[in-house]
Amino acid sequence: MDFLTLMDYLIRGLSLGSIYAIIALGYTMVYGIAKMLNFAHGDVIMVGAYICFFTMNRVGAMFDPETQALAAAVAPALAGVLLSMVVCTVLGVVIEGLAYKPLRQAPSLAVLITAIGVSYFLQNAAQLLWTSSPKYFSPIVGSGQVQAGPLTISHVILVTIVACVVIMLALTFFTNKTKMGKAMRAVSEDKGAAQLMGINVNRTISMTFAIGSALAAIAGVLLCSAYPTLTPTTGSMPGIKAFTAAVFGGIGSIPGALLGGLLLGIIEIFASAYISTQLSTAVVFGVLIVILLVKPAGLLGKTVREKV
Amino acid sequence: MTSLKTMKKSTRTSFLTYAMVVVAFVIVQSLRVFKDGGVGAVLEGQLIPICAYITVALALNLVVGVSGELSLGHAGFMSIGAFMGCAMASALQDSVTLAPLRLAISMIFGAVLAGLFGFLIGIPVLRLNGDYLAIVTLAFGEIIKSIITNVYLGVDKDGLQFSFLTDRNQLAEGGIALIKGPMGVNNSARISTFVAGFILVMITLIVVFNLVNSRAGRAIMAARDNRIAAESVGISVTKYKMMAFVTSAALAGAAGTLYGCSQVTFTATKFDFNTSILILVFVVLGGLGNMWGTVIAAAALTILPEALREFADYRMLVYAIVLILVMLATNNPTIQSGLSRLIQRLKAGKGGEEQ
Repeated sequence: MDFLTLMDYLIRGLSLGSIYAIIALGYTMVYGIAKMLNFAHGDVIMVGAYICFFTMNRVGAMFDPETQALAAAVAPALAGVLLSMVVCTVLGVVIEGLAYKPLRQAPSLAVLITAIGVSYFLQNAAQLLWTSSPKYFSPIVGSGQVQAGPLTISHVILVTIVACVVIMLALTFFTNKTKMGKAMRAVSEDKGAAQLMGINVNRTISMTFAIGSALAAIAGVLLCSAYPTLTPTTGSMPGIKAFTAAVFGGIGSIPGALLGGLLLGIIEIFASAYISTQLSTAVVFGVLIVILLVKPAGLLGKTVREKV
Repeated sequence: MTSLKTMKKSTRTSFLTYAMVVVAFVIVQSLRVFKDGGVGAVLEGQLIPICAYITVALALNLVVGVSGELSLGHAGFMSIGAFMGCAMASALQDSVTLAPLRLAISMIFGAVLAGLFGFLIGIPVLRLNGDYLAIVTLAFGEIIKSIITNVYLGVDKDGLQFSFLTDRNQLAEGGIALIKGPMGVNNSARISTFVAGFILVMITLIVVFNLVNSRAGRAIMAARDNRIAAESVGISVTKYKMMAFVTSAALAGAAGTLYGCSQVTFTATKFDFNTSILILVFVVLGGLGNMWGTVIAAAALTILPEALREFADYRMLVYAIVLILVMLATNNPTIQSGLSRLIQRLKAGKGGEEQ
């Protein structure tokens, strides 16, 4: 086990973990505020990836490949990412308004089943619209590589890690410094009290869904840049893993989602490198079980004392 | 039928549920025997899966509805039952020639193993509560799936052979490969029958009703309603929750064996997260803690995608929309009061016409 390979695995793990972390943020924010498990989140990722795929093809076709080299490289990717973020944000808000808002007072299991229904709906709608035959996604930043000392790092990995860091910083700023962010924290702490303080709870929840879905769009683009096969079920497994990442770090906690996502990615890459590719999922979930037994509220989760 | 009214409510419910299942069985079975073409090719192929799903949904309702814990990994127990039960059935092919007896032995074997896993998983899991328990059961289901996908099990005259990850089994002449890793199981004979499925459903109902209406069942429900209050009157919450969980796992295992032995071939990916969710949907739509509702929901929702086959590509979309609409209709206060007003108006309208 030489140092270079180890570093290489570590960087790949960080990159995969960054994607999990971005997805996990969506889960954790929604859980923190609406106290629901949004199982449709993974499928929003898939929708985002499809939108980006088609936009990139359209916009890319508008450029003559020989002229305008820089614009031809940047414009399709930029348009793809932006449009998929817009579409996913709208989708997230619409889903919340139509399916989850009417169930605000309902038992959590009913909301869970509705979320599952939405997830089925998105998967099957995608299958009708875009067929189940896989699309091959070309990475948004091309397939170039950077030489950092003895290490070779691909552009995709670099962009993924940078995107994750930027998103985390922006989100931390947003929740701590802005009015909306403070409203979100207030709602997640105590819905009733927040309402009494004049916070519009419904709008805050819609806002959370909007942010979570926009992040899902970015995650979808990054995920498909790293693993280029795109099918209507692309989002479900990363969705489940990101969800466990959110639980791993302590659900409801934003730094927890980052930590959980990164750890999960690193464990998965190392498990498939040193134990077995087929068993990497089993190892990831095994570690999750052990962590939950030792720290039942996740790594950074708050243990809530039960009051009698 | 005067005695029906004087019965205790719980006894009446269980009695009516048994009656419903028996009547449904008699109708379907007589159609199959006496009518040309039976119940139609589509339904015929679904009969045993329906029985298996009813059983596992009842088992899950014991955990989710009665004991109040969300399990997202019940397909894992079904998987253990299916693989181990079918392996047992193939291994016993020559020594036990009577098919129903072989099926019964395999089912018991599958149930015992699944129950054992339920116990092992239950020790750590039942100390957690709420959503965390759901995650651990989800994780368990995924672990079971990826482990079984890599198991190679064979039997020959020297005994059992087992290998993991890669197939290193050297089977002697006449040996049978019982589990073939990602290829799953190939059944040489499909020994599950509709009658066996019916019997399993009846046994499950008897077990579930007797557990729910017993001292243990009341303790389980007390622990569900208020854990702290239950503990303070001396109920060992972990013990009773474990009782419900293990019973549920064992029943799911038996259902898995029934399902597995009805298929020519199946793989571990059949019993994935989506299957767990599907079973949970049966339970929630049927009603938490409501056994007859679960039976109807499991049967109806297994047939629904098949019945919607003429819509071809749209069927799963329709299924998803139906699912969302049903959840909205049963849980939204506005829609509910609207519906009840509509029903009242209809009733009043009918009364008006009669006058």
